Amino acid sequence: MSTRTVLHEADIARALTRISHEILESNRGPAELVILGIPRRGVPLAARIGALLADISGVPVPVGAVDVTMYRDDLHRNPTRAPQPTEIPVGGIDGRTVVLVDDVLFSGRSIRAALDALQDIGRPAAVRLATLIDRGHRELPIRPDFVGKNLPSARDERVNVRLRETDGIEEVTIGS
Amino acid sequence: MRHLLDTKGLTRTAALRILDVAEDMAATQHREVRKLPTLRGKTVVNLFFEDSTRTRISFEAAAKRLSADVINFSAKGSSVSKGESLQDTAQTLQAMGADAVVIRHGASGAPHTLATSGWISAGVVNAGDGTHAHPTQALLDAFTVRKRFFGDDSRGHDLAGLRVTIVGDVLHSRVARSNVWLLTTLGAEVTLVAPPTLVPQDVSAWPVRVLYDLDEAIADGPDALMMLRIQLERMSAAYFPTEREYSRTWGLDAARLAALPADSIVLHPGPMNRGMEISAAAADSPRSTVLEQVANGVSVRMAVLYLLLAGERIEAEEDGR
Amino acid sequence: MSESFLIRGARPSGGAATDIVIADGRIVETGTALSAAGATVVDADGLIALPGLVDLHTHLREPGYEASETILTGSRAAAAGGFTTVFAMPNTSPVADTAGVVEQELALGEAAGFAHVQPIGAVTIGQNGERLAELGAMASSRARVRVFSDDGFCVFDPLIMRRALEYVKSFDGVVAQHAQDPRLTEGAQMNEGTVSAELGLAGWPAVAEESIIARDVLLAEHVGSRLHVCHLSTAGSVDIIRWAKKRGVDVTAEVTPHHLLLTEELVRGYDARFKVNPPLRRDEDVLAVREGLADGTIDIVATDHAPHPAEAKSCEWAAAANGMVGLESALRVVQQAVVDTGMLTWDDVARVMSAAPARIGRLSGAGTPLAAGRPASLTLYDPRPVRRFTDADLHGRSVNSPYLDRELPGEVRWTFFGGVVTMAEGAVLSAPGVRA
Repeated sequence: MSTRTVLHEADIARALTRISHEILESNRGPAELVILGIPRRGVPLAARIGALLADISGVPVPVGAVDVTMYRDDLHRNPTRAPQPTEIPVGGIDGRTVVLVDDVLFSGRSIRAALDALQDIGRPAAVRLATLIDRGHRELPIRPDFVGKNLPSARDERVNVRLRETDGIEEVTIGS
Repeated sequence: MRHLLDTKGLTRTAALRILDVAEDMAATQHREVRKLPTLRGKTVVNLFFEDSTRTRISFEAAAKRLSADVINFSAKGSSVSKGESLQDTAQTLQAMGADAVVIRHGASGAPHTLATSGWISAGVVNAGDGTHAHPTQALLDAFTVRKRFFGDDSRGHDLAGLRVTIVGDVLHSRVARSNVWLLTTLGAEVTLVAPPTLVPQDVSAWPVRVLYDLDEAIADGPDALMMLRIQLERMSAAYFPTEREYSRTWGLDAARLAALPADSIVLHPGPMNRGMEISAAAADSPRSTVLEQVANGVSVRMAVLYLLLAGERIEAEEDGR
Repeated sequence: MSESFLIRGARPSGGAATDIVIADGRIVETGTALSAAGATVVDADGLIALPGLVDLHTHLREPGYEASETILTGSRAAAAGGFTTVFAMPNTSPVADTAGVVEQELALGEAAGFAHVQPIGAVTIGQNGERLAELGAMASSRARVRVFSDDGFCVFDPLIMRRALEYVKSFDGVVAQHAQDPRLTEGAQMNEGTVSAELGLAGWPAVAEESIIARDVLLAEHVGSRLHVCHLSTAGSVDIIRWAKKRGVDVTAEVTPHHLLLTEELVRGYDARFKVNPPLRRDEDVLAVREGLADGTIDIVATDHAPHPAEAKSCEWAAAANGMVGLESALRVVQQAVVDTGMLTWDDVARVMSAAPARIGRLSGAGTPLAAGRPASLTLYDPRPVRRFTDADLHGRSVNSPYLDRELPGEVRWTFFGGVVTMAEGAVLSAPGVRA
């Protein structure tokens, strides 16, 4: 087993700051933004991005979570998963620009499930995708709008994101 | 979870898992689109040997909200001499591709026989068997109590320290039995109140206190009072002399309602005999959780179906069977 | 000229090794180092020899329910269990309440030839509990009925029970009561107690058996009659019989092998193989009936062999029929429950499973000791092996045994019925006396 760290704490912080600036740039400001994290680790990342956006723009930006367990297409191939809470901020998502936040983008199936979940919750004006790590190997035509780091990987390598809110430390590692 | 046959076999962990997943299911019922695609392509069969529109509709709604296909099978006559045998019925359903069978049957133990016979490979959910068990009712009752007392903080909470008193025909009640086991597992203290003729002859092994006096039980200040339906046919088998006497002694009338602590709630599995075991005033008061129980029933049954059908099928026994 | 046999080294009632010579249907000689010219030698080293077992309570289902069992298949099952006499209960269709039906049963038993089938007559017409059947006609028929029972149903009306007890005195008959107060056991499914409370199955309280027995022993005493009590199952019932015998009441009682071994805990799991009437009871009851059998309060073991077709057992509990087959397993269960536990000797077994039932049933040619001049009806039993009981051990038409896949000691090796082999080397014969 050989694992190497590709992002340290400071790298993660810088990446999230850059992503936040890019979101504001592409949206021309903070108006009508809703940041929704995909459990588990997308949720603390979304919270941080929301806080950074508020810092930079001076305007509070709604943050929430959208759980995709019920919409997955691979449920029957894995042990039963307990769903996580879905929290849509007051004001909903109708007519707004939703930015989905996840820690690792891989096959794209989680994002497809998230799009299905959003469809049952409301009708956003647009949906964007921010991911801390893009490791390639897409199985669906899904592409991210905002990426922390592109990380080429072999299919059988494991990419792990650890955050202080969930794991107590901050790092991104890749190993076999 | 392979089958859900009773609550006696549910561990605290398994019970809380069902209740917490039911929270998520309940949350989806406030959205614009109240349906989830999770069980798309799965077939749930409602195999009801006893008439029960309410429970059947509840399971049907639960299955459909998870996008499962529902087949309703009403089978009259369960004994060999009267109609098709349980075995033949079960194997017909298997051949039709049932993934889960929700069975309500007049014979205690029928779901157990179905689940262990080897006749079918589908998961079995007990929707009420004879006087033995009604696990989803107990789960929705526990969910309701939890929600009323802990609100938005319900997730992960058990019922430790809560006092629940169950009143009525315990002898013939599968709802009472399933509640006794589940409430105790979740840490609640359970008291049973009934005329002596309607308490089983030997409940010494049950983790409950038994009282014959409802006023004494109410004076103790229970957090939740669960009124059971009294079947009027019991009168002819001499379990109690008259409706009037039963209602006077064990009915929740206005005076008893007023004697309950301010925050206490009143549950009833339905259908109610207004004026018999529960007065109209009690049934319609803000303390009454009857309608919430119905709504929660759908969420709880969605959770049960999800946990039964949405993982890989594991052959070994695990939490909750 | 029938086959003659020299049985070598058998242990009669578990005693010293003895040779037994059988010829022309009789025991010719017993002793040591015997010889018999032309006799087939049977090596019985280590085997216990018992007089042919007599079952006072069997259900052979013929006429009427031949799908479950016939007199032929039932008597083969009996031979496999070491029985040479079975008393056939009358809950057939038509009910055995006339001379005609009992004579038919006798004839079918004779034609089968595996055991003596002794018909029991119903107490009331159709077992309805309302009018006495023609007990006298049955007694003087070719079937010479002496035991009368409405088994399956209780003779509940005390007046009818009194009349029956009085009436049978004229021909030394006995009424065998199935003690079950019908009002206290409506819809009952299992013993009433803590297990029934939990499982949600309607209870069959012990008092429903005990109250009828208490009434009947007092009636028997009052009218000076014999009384026999079927399938005793509770500690309280044992106490009542003990009290009655002390008082001098002429009462006898039987217990089934399953009530000597199995308890109501087996009902958890709702496996209808364990559904029986009277139901399986508690540990305390099993202990009490064992002690009752050991101290003579209970006189005999009777199987209550009750065959049922698969669909009557492979279903939900409430829909299942009551009853267990028990002829083939009886001796093995008795060994496990009361012999291996030191409560009964093999001599006691010979008494409770052969001599005493024959005496109660007034059958003089059965249950006779293994002595010269007596009928050659005996069984050779090996108490040593311990094997799983499987459906290969069942020889009747039905397989509703509670012992399947259970380890039981012992094995019946040979059965002789009036000098004719019905079971040889552990295999029951397809026809009496005919070995491959």
